[in-house]
Amino acid sequence: MMTWETVIGLEIHAQLATRSKIFSGSATAYGAPPNSQASLVDLAYPGVLPVLNAEAVRMAVKFGLAIGATIARRSIFARKNYFYPDLPKGYQISQYEHPVVSRGTLAVTLEDGTVKTIGVTRAHLEEDAGKSLHEGLANASGIDLNRAGTPLLEIVSEPDMRSAREAVAYMKKMHTLVRYLEICDGNMQEGSFRCDANVSVRPRGQEKFGTRAEIKNLNSFRFVEKAIHYEVARQIELLESGGKVVQETRLYDSDKDETRSMRSKEEANDYRYFPDPDLLPVEIDEEFIETVRGTLPELPDEKAARFAEQLGLSVYDAGVLSASRELGAYFEAVVAEIGAPHAKLAANWVMGELSSALNRDNVEIAVSRVSPERLSGLLARIVDATISGKIAKDVFEALWSSGKTADDIIEAQGLKQITDSGAIEGVIDSVIAASPKQLADYRAGKDKLFGFFVGQVMKATGGKANPAQLNDLLKAKLGGPS
Amino acid sequence: MTLHNLSLGELAEQLASGRISSVELTRHFLARIERLNPALNALITVTAEEAVRSALAADRRRAAGESGRLLGIPLIHKDIFCTDGVRTSCGSKMLDNFVAPYDATVVARLKAAGAVMLGKANMDEFAMGSSNETSYYGAVKNPWDTAKVPGGSSGGSAAAMAARLAPYATGTDTGGSIRQPAALTGVTGVKPTYGRVSRYGMVAFASSLDQAGVFARTAADAAAVLQAMAGFDPLDSTSVDTPVPDYPALLEAPLKGLKIGLLREFFDGLEPRNAALIRDALQVYTSLGATTQEVSLPHLPLSVPTYYVVAPAEASSNLSRFDGVRFGYRCEQPKDLTDLYKRSRGEGFGPEVKRRIMTGTYVLSAGYFDAYYLKAQRVRRLITDEFRAAFRDVDLLIGPMTPTPAFDIGAKADDPIAMYLNDIYTVSANLAGLPGMSLPCGFVDGLPMGLQLIGPHFSEAKLLGAAHQFQKATDWHARAPRGYE
Repeated sequence: MMTWETVIGLEIHAQLATRSKIFSGSATAYGAPPNSQASLVDLAYPGVLPVLNAEAVRMAVKFGLAIGATIARRSIFARKNYFYPDLPKGYQISQYEHPVVSRGTLAVTLEDGTVKTIGVTRAHLEEDAGKSLHEGLANASGIDLNRAGTPLLEIVSEPDMRSAREAVAYMKKMHTLVRYLEICDGNMQEGSFRCDANVSVRPRGQEKFGTRAEIKNLNSFRFVEKAIHYEVARQIELLESGGKVVQETRLYDSDKDETRSMRSKEEANDYRYFPDPDLLPVEIDEEFIETVRGTLPELPDEKAARFAEQLGLSVYDAGVLSASRELGAYFEAVVAEIGAPHAKLAANWVMGELSSALNRDNVEIAVSRVSPERLSGLLARIVDATISGKIAKDVFEALWSSGKTADDIIEAQGLKQITDSGAIEGVIDSVIAASPKQLADYRAGKDKLFGFFVGQVMKATGGKANPAQLNDLLKAKLGGPS
Repeated sequence: MTLHNLSLGELAEQLASGRISSVELTRHFLARIERLNPALNALITVTAEEAVRSALAADRRRAAGESGRLLGIPLIHKDIFCTDGVRTSCGSKMLDNFVAPYDATVVARLKAAGAVMLGKANMDEFAMGSSNETSYYGAVKNPWDTAKVPGGSSGGSAAAMAARLAPYATGTDTGGSIRQPAALTGVTGVKPTYGRVSRYGMVAFASSLDQAGVFARTAADAAAVLQAMAGFDPLDSTSVDTPVPDYPALLEAPLKGLKIGLLREFFDGLEPRNAALIRDALQVYTSLGATTQEVSLPHLPLSVPTYYVVAPAEASSNLSRFDGVRFGYRCEQPKDLTDLYKRSRGEGFGPEVKRRIMTGTYVLSAGYFDAYYLKAQRVRRLITDEFRAAFRDVDLLIGPMTPTPAFDIGAKADDPIAMYLNDIYTVSANLAGLPGMSLPCGFVDGLPMGLQLIGPHFSEAKLLGAAHQFQKATDWHARAPRGYE
């Protein structure tokens, strides 16, 4: 039986976080009343002209430098001509033959820990279109041009991905990167970060690519994964039943979890690209590039490598903690307080208790209720054995719901760990005395019952017995299973 | 001397001395428009009330101590310039109902200088035409002979100037639309260097060729107007940030030693009477100390086909915004979106505009782009390079402006190719982005003819000076058509 290989390339649209639009002075804020952020330029009134927003160019260059790409010394805006009501000029200004960024790479860590380098063919600047509104309008469509002219960076990958998971890993990594660079807010619900997926399959071993379908406008990682899964299955089924994949644009319907044909290649527009005579070529010199390079932050991979090498974190933990600038900064603030030797403890707590509390209450880490200082205060008590890790979890909950310090909570609730061997032995003795049957069974070889005795002692001490001490003392008291 | 024959300098003097007010001057021209325009159809919109109001404001500014070459002097704008609160039709049914919500930069600058707008001039639809016959508002008649065309596309501005309906007028020149009608109506016309005057607020025809300019009685008048219009505009990325010389102050720069080039390609096959007028003009220049030499631009004969690829290509895209959705003409009861587009555009555009949209769409389409658009751009570059090379040897080029004097209304209306060939001497300056002028230089069959001057980029001061000194030595520019003196 023939096996199939999936081939995927992504076109990511990242909305650039400029204050004003790419060719007009209108604001780009999301959610304003329809057409309240549409100037005469955005409305394409007769006689108006576009003026390029230099900030958008700076952001594109910053991105290009971050992926080790070539920055074009001269790039050109072209017109992509087609009619649509949300495209006021009847053409979109985009870069076609001469994009500002070309030939970069992005290293993606896959789930099995291997690192795969995905090629980035190009990234070009363009303007977004407006939106057609159909809801609440009887027998008519509305047009909201607030989004028209919002700057986009379209990032086109090579067809280097071989599974939906790889595609998602790449998209997530790109998502991390653009937020690191502070060139995109990454808000996928609002459409600030979305992608089109080019998907094809070919018999394993075949060099030539199969015919691809382009799935448009995927605005969540989950949809990317599901849409690709569906599309790959559809194409394989089609081919195995003797059919042919046609080159076309498809739409993913998340309610039905399927892709549907939008238009075939034959129906596709002839966009009649030509250089936009209203705009001069964008000239970028070495000095500008170096100035932008100077503004690059430590990139996610660099940060992850530093976490692994200098703090001894696992590759996985280092990856998670460098996935956003804010998370990394929080982690580093904790480490600064409790010391590098305890970085692993800090990592566990930031990725564990803290992250779940943030997720649960839907809070951004930058405004976390438990500051790095307060978390460090708690971890310091674990390090000096004042409390056990288990008790610490309870203290954390108290930290989360109050403004107190860990020390206050430990003091007030009497949670200080029992490290007095005599006291622990006393409790052990009474537990053993109360459980003759379990003792007999344990000594007869049911060594799993060791946990039962630990539990009983902890119960009796309110969880405060020092676990390591308890372990040693209990072993000595029970004697080995015979 | 009557008011409508005075130069801008003379009018400014009259206003400064208090012998007339701007309101009186404005009323004088409004009265002429009312009396003479119906036979000419030179204006689409007359803004009499607004004009008197701005004249009053100008008089007040003057009373408050302000002065200025254009303060309180009336003008007519080509109806391609957006004028805040006034219909801007661009000669098309498509924009018959369009009231611009803003002023074009040219309009704003002249307004700031105190100009008084009398109205908006007729023009070929979307500036596409060489005879002013494609206007939705009907053909404009040539004051020298109302059976003749005034040229186009700025035919209304040119006819209004010839008929003395305003002291000056604005125009735009994409392929000769100022210079050709100036020639055919005996008026002085200036097309500045591409980028010298802002295009912001000019309804776009072909963005890489369009340039705003001026119609005036004399080169000296044109210098004063251009001074106010020109300069960098942050709203137009293709406007050039280079200082504007003091054109009026440079008019008298001596012509001694001026090297004039004669383009061999422009004189090949030139009609003898036309050639004789150019020869006479050159004698004037040699008597002023200039020398002449022949130069050749081998690719010049390709200008017309090159132009008629590039201009329609850009136009096909520029005119996509007229879709019946946000402004302008919308068809009755559209069935659906496609129907809305098809009928709004089908009913709103005239035949010449449709012809150019189709031509432009064709030359940009997949499979034809390289053969037409790219090749045309390559030829355009060659022509530009050849001009540059020529200007290493000569200071300016002189030649004919049009092959013939004004032709009969209707004579070429059904033959687009014959009409396009009328642009043979004009389009090359647009392709190369060079400044050009047309000066009255005599008559053929009782109709005015123009002398063409072309200079290197940003040589307007030199062109205006050369034109001014020619006009001091001749009186062709002072001739008025019968009935309009």
